[in-house]
Amino acid sequence: MPLSRRQTLRTLGLGAATLAAPAVMRHAALGADPITVVGIHDASGGLDIYGLPMIACLSFAVDEVNAAGGLLGREIKLINYDPQSNIQLYTQFATQAATSDHAAVVHGGITSASREAIRPILRRYRTLYFYNTQYEGGVCDRNCFCTGSTPAQNVQKLVPYVMQKWGKKIYILAADYNYGQITSKWVTKYCRENGGEVVAADFFPLNVTDFGATIQKIQQAKPDMVMSVLVGGAHVSFYRQWAAAGMKKKIPMASTTLGGGNETLLLTPEEADGIVVAYSYFQEVDNPANKEFLQKFHAKLGDKAPYLGGELAMRTYVGFHLWAEGVRRAKSTDRMKVIEALESGIAFDGPPGRTVIDGKTNHVSLDVYLAEVANRGFKVLEHFPNQPPADTASVCDLKAHPNTDKQFVIDVKI
Amino acid sequence: MDLLVAVALQVMTGIATLFLISLGLAVIFGMMGVINLAHGEFLMLGGYAAILSVRHGINLWVAMFLIAPLAVGLFGLIVERLMIRRLYGQMVETMLATWGLSLALIGIVTMVFGNTVGGFSAPLGSVQVGKFQFSAYSLFLIGAAGLLAVLVWIVLRRTPYGLLARGTMQNAEMAAALGVATERVYAVTFALGAALTGLAGGLLAPLSGVVPTMGTAYIAKAFITVITGGAAMLVGTLSASVLLGAAGVLGTFLTTPVLGEAALLALAIVLVRLLPRGITGRFFQRAL
Repeated sequence: MPLSRRQTLRTLGLGAATLAAPAVMRHAALGADPITVVGIHDASGGLDIYGLPMIACLSFAVDEVNAAGGLLGREIKLINYDPQSNIQLYTQFATQAATSDHAAVVHGGITSASREAIRPILRRYRTLYFYNTQYEGGVCDRNCFCTGSTPAQNVQKLVPYVMQKWGKKIYILAADYNYGQITSKWVTKYCRENGGEVVAADFFPLNVTDFGATIQKIQQAKPDMVMSVLVGGAHVSFYRQWAAAGMKKKIPMASTTLGGGNETLLLTPEEADGIVVAYSYFQEVDNPANKEFLQKFHAKLGDKAPYLGGELAMRTYVGFHLWAEGVRRAKSTDRMKVIEALESGIAFDGPPGRTVIDGKTNHVSLDVYLAEVANRGFKVLEHFPNQPPADTASVCDLKAHPNTDKQFVIDVKI
Repeated sequence: MDLLVAVALQVMTGIATLFLISLGLAVIFGMMGVINLAHGEFLMLGGYAAILSVRHGINLWVAMFLIAPLAVGLFGLIVERLMIRRLYGQMVETMLATWGLSLALIGIVTMVFGNTVGGFSAPLGSVQVGKFQFSAYSLFLIGAAGLLAVLVWIVLRRTPYGLLARGTMQNAEMAAALGVATERVYAVTFALGAALTGLAGGLLAPLSGVVPTMGTAYIAKAFITVITGGAAMLVGTLSASVLLGAAGVLGTFLTTPVLGEAALLALAIVLVRLLPRGITGRFFQRAL
């Protein structure tokens, strides 16, 4: 059969179009199909002092990655939900993120209670979860990456430092729920290991505002220092009453919590200066990466830029970049591929120093800083690079038992 | 010896605090029989009035002693006119309305000032008692509570308004028949209760700090104190404050802060069980 020129051209044209079609369509999909990332942080209610700076940092990190061309050539779409300091809304938004938004990852949760509310949901729906907050340690779940510092990182540095500085007798004041109870055990452990003595530990419900009797009890016990594990708005009045009683000049104080919610901005320098704390980041940390970050952060947010006193907001920034690095290495947003990439020991060099994921626990090694409150901010005193999550590692091994799904209550030997 | 003085002073501070937070409620609930579930928020408003005034450069004492009670007193007057007046004698409706008011106030204040703790440092510095140090301000609170008790007693016992108020509360119809403008007496009394609450909020602000939700920490204690006190509002509230405050502080000293709070509540339960009409239902019956 003789082929006409016209027919030949048509056939060739069709063939070319058919061959090219997948490429064209794939290209169209690149632009139209962003990667969804969900943030669940309290932007209102009692926890908004923690939540708002975290949201600001998460949004900033997403914008950074998008400005650099996105991930795998795709844009990142961030959805921020506000659970209004209400655990029920946490579970609702987590379900929504997994089932209707099909989020590639969820960053969120502030209190341990909120984390334990959404962690099982996200695991059940096979949605990757990042918890970027300082907490009491022990979570062991392949689907959940905890990027904040834990007691073996912060308390372990804080206690010996203040004991060497001030003496061996510690009086502990702590919030009466799991964080306060567990952390005060860690304080006791590290105090005894360093040859010290805990003269007393008092626990306070979160709504207590009158510390008068306790201040007298402390004077009677004559400790070398007070360790505050107090949490939340009501407990801030302790620092006021302590200073008003003239005790601040007599007995020095350290804290595992002060500054996490920017309490330093609410207290006067007379009330708070000199209190020693330990976190994995302070805005005042002096290194080139932090300088550059702060410059960009303030240029972008202007007057609305929150003060990044404690570590929560910065860990959220770091947590997002760790996940992004995991996606780059996995070359996919598929959950298991990203988890495997992250567990291979992804690192991120950021403002707080180098953060490395520990594949055995899905926690991180990070730099810990000691600082004292100075004029509504912090003065950094010491820097301990590359601290491993030894507490969680003592109970959790995801390499040996990948199906573990619980928060271990670490048996603190005291 | 030093310890004894220190504990005694702390007990008195605890009593004074309890008395201050309950006095306004004693007028509104104890005297007028209005169950004001927004009492805690009246305290909160007093705290905010004081704190905002101080931030705007007004003298601290003026802010606490004048602006806080005046602002909340005025607010009380408005609330009485718009809400409470329509509900006298209707207990359930009053509870619902004031509870709604309480929620609305927390919401509005949170929206305007944010959910952060505000505060200013307590003035007066500290005092040395033997080996112990005290905030001089808490000693001042003891004095302020005493002074306030005397003032309220004088107003209710020795002024024409006090006579009208007591008469109206005892038998409004009879008072009206005798030509008393009972509506006005109710309004003024409610405003007085609100003003006392505002004053307490202002006085406590430097110690406790202010947050929109601070009222919830106080309201239960205030009601328990007034109910334990019984019919004679001033002496009742005072005696209940003494017993419950002492139990709370001593409990905290001897055991833990949690058990101290529990001791206060346990004593209140025992007292109400033994004296269902309150302390003044049996003792000091003829007192004010």
